[in-house]
Amino acid sequence: MELIFEGIKRAFILLFTFDPEVMGITLLSIKVSGVATFVSLLIGISVGTAVALSTFPGKKIVVSLINTGMGLPPVVVGLFVSIFLWRNGPLGFLGILYTPLAMIIAQTIIATPIVMGITVAAMQQLPKKLRLQILALGASRVQMVWTLIKEARLPLLAAVMAGFGGVISEIGASIMVGGNIKGYSRVLTTATVMETGKGNFEVAIALSIILLLLAYTINLILTNIQQRERPR
Amino acid sequence: MNSSCAQSLHGTGETTPVLEGRGLRVARSGFSILDIDTILIAEGEVLSLVGPNGAGKTTLLVALCMLTKSFQGSIFFKGKKIGEEVSIDTYRRKIAMVFQEALLFNTTVFENVASGLNFRKVKKSKIRHIVDENLERFGIAHLKDRSARTLSGGEAQRVSLARAFALNPDILFLDEPFSALDQPTRESLISDFEAIIGESRTTTIFATHDRMEALRLSDRVAVMDGGKILQMGYPEEVMNHPADEFVASFVGVETILKGKVLEAKEGEIVVSIGGHKIEALGNDPPGEHIILCIRPENVTLSSSSSGAQISARNVFPGVIEKITLLGLHYRVDMDCGFPLVAYVTKHSLENMSLNAGKTIEASFKATAVHVLKAKG
Repeated sequence: MELIFEGIKRAFILLFTFDPEVMGITLLSIKVSGVATFVSLLIGISVGTAVALSTFPGKKIVVSLINTGMGLPPVVVGLFVSIFLWRNGPLGFLGILYTPLAMIIAQTIIATPIVMGITVAAMQQLPKKLRLQILALGASRVQMVWTLIKEARLPLLAAVMAGFGGVISEIGASIMVGGNIKGYSRVLTTATVMETGKGNFEVAIALSIILLLLAYTINLILTNIQQRERPR
Repeated sequence: MNSSCAQSLHGTGETTPVLEGRGLRVARSGFSILDIDTILIAEGEVLSLVGPNGAGKTTLLVALCMLTKSFQGSIFFKGKKIGEEVSIDTYRRKIAMVFQEALLFNTTVFENVASGLNFRKVKKSKIRHIVDENLERFGIAHLKDRSARTLSGGEAQRVSLARAFALNPDILFLDEPFSALDQPTRESLISDFEAIIGESRTTTIFATHDRMEALRLSDRVAVMDGGKILQMGYPEEVMNHPADEFVASFVGVETILKGKVLEAKEGEIVVSIGGHKIEALGNDPPGEHIILCIRPENVTLSSSSSGAQISARNVFPGVIEKITLLGLHYRVDMDCGFPLVAYVTKHSLENMSLNAGKTIEASFKATAVHVLKAKG
C-alpha cells in the first residue's frame, strides 16, 4: 500500500513541479497519438463513408475485414512496420525507424480501422431515405456526403474517442518502432514499462496517473460535446 | 388513361407537359414493381397517386425525381430529356420532395428550412428572407431557433414542407406526407397545405394510400396497384366510373356484384344477379357477363311499410344484417337476395329505427349503377 501512496505523492510532485522529462514525455505522447488519430480520422472517415454509402459485390466481406481490423494487435502492427522500415526493408531507405514518425505511422495503422469501423456503423444507422432527401433538396454529391457526415457527427465523436484512446494507451508498436529513446521517442506507455522494469514504481505510477488523466480529460471533453448535442 | 391526361393537358391550355415519363419500369429480383407506359403532368396541376402499400407509388416518385438510376425509361422535363438535354443535377434543383418521415437535419428549424437554399449557394440575406416567409406560411415562425430534434411529428412535417416550399420548386413531390400524423394534427396540416397549394399553384405529385386525402387535394387521381396505373382521371370520374373491380373497391364502392345481361335496349340493360333483376345504363348485349358497382351513398333506405313513392328503378326489400358506425355516418349491410351496402345518417337511422334483423326497402337509380366488363 505504501508503495502506491508514495507513487501517487511522487506523481503529483512530478506533475506540479512540471518536471521537464515528464512534461517532454507527456507532450510527445499527445503529439504522436494526436497526429495519428487525426490522420486516421481523415482516412477512416472518408473510406468508411465510401464503403457505407456504396453498394458493391463483397461489401459484407470488406465490412467484416474492417471490423476485424478494429481489434488489430498493436504488436503485430509494430512487427510489420518494423519489417518495412528496417534498414534492409522495402522502406528502409527512408531511415525513419526508431523515430516519432515511425510511431505515428504505426499508431495510424492501429487507429484507422477503429475509426473506419465506427464510421461505417454510424453512416449505416442514418435513415436510408435521408440520402434521397438530401439529393432531392438539390445537393451535389459532395454536399450530400458532407451533410451525411455532419448528421453522423455524434457517433463519429465516439470514433475519435475510441481511436485516440486506442493509440495513447498502446505500447507494443510504440516500443518496437520507436525504440523508447530517452528525450526523443519515449512516450508515457513505453516509459512506464521501462520504469517498472527498473523497479522505479513511484515514477511508473506517476506516469500511469498522467496517462489516465490524459485519457480521461480528452474523453470528458468529447463526451461533453456529445451529450450537449443530444436532444433533451 | 392517356385520354384523361390529354383532356387535362388540353384543359390547362398546355402543349408541353411539365413532366412526362415514358416506359418507366423497375424490376427487383425478377419481379416487376413498376410498369408504366406514359405519365403526363400538366403545369400547375395536383396529381395524386393512390393505392395500397406496395402499389409502387414511392418507386414511381423516386424515379420521377431522378433519385435512382435503377429504372428503365425516360423522363422529360418541359419537353427536354433528363440526363441528355437537361442534366440530372439541374433538374433536381428545379424540384423538391417531402417524404413520409420529416427527415430533418440535426440542427435548428431555421437551418433546416435554409438547407436546400444553402446547397444552391443562395446569398445569406436572401435565404433569411425566404426562410422567414416560409416559416410564417406554415405557422412555425415561433419554432425558428428550436432544435429540429425537439419537435412534435406535426411540427417536424411542417418544417419539412417549408423546406421544400422555400425552394419555390417547379414540381413538388410528396410521398405520403401526412400518413404518420395523428388525426387532429393531420387535419390541421392538410387544411393549411390545401390553402398554400391553392395559392401557390405549384405543380404537385402526391402519393397517398388515403383516397379521401387524394380526392380532396388533387385535380387528377391515378389509382395504382402492382406497379401499374389502373386508372387516371378527374376525382369525380374515378369515383363514379371506376375502370375495374380493384379501383372500384379502392375508391369506396361497397357493393360489387357479378351478373349476366338479360335484356338490352336503347342504352338501358337489365341484369340478373342471382335471379334478381337490376336495371342499369349500358350497351352490353344479352348474355354478357358483367360487374355492377353501386356506391353506398347512392342507396336509399325506406321503411317497407311507409308506402312512399320511390322514383328509383331498382327497389328491393331486404333484411338488415349489420349496422356499423363509421365516424359521421352508419354503414348498413343488407341481404336483398344479394349483398347491398348503404350509408345513412344518424338522423335517418333513428327516424326509421333501423336495427339488425329489420326488413326495409332499399332503392337506387339505374344511373347510380356503374357497369364493368367481367374479366376472363
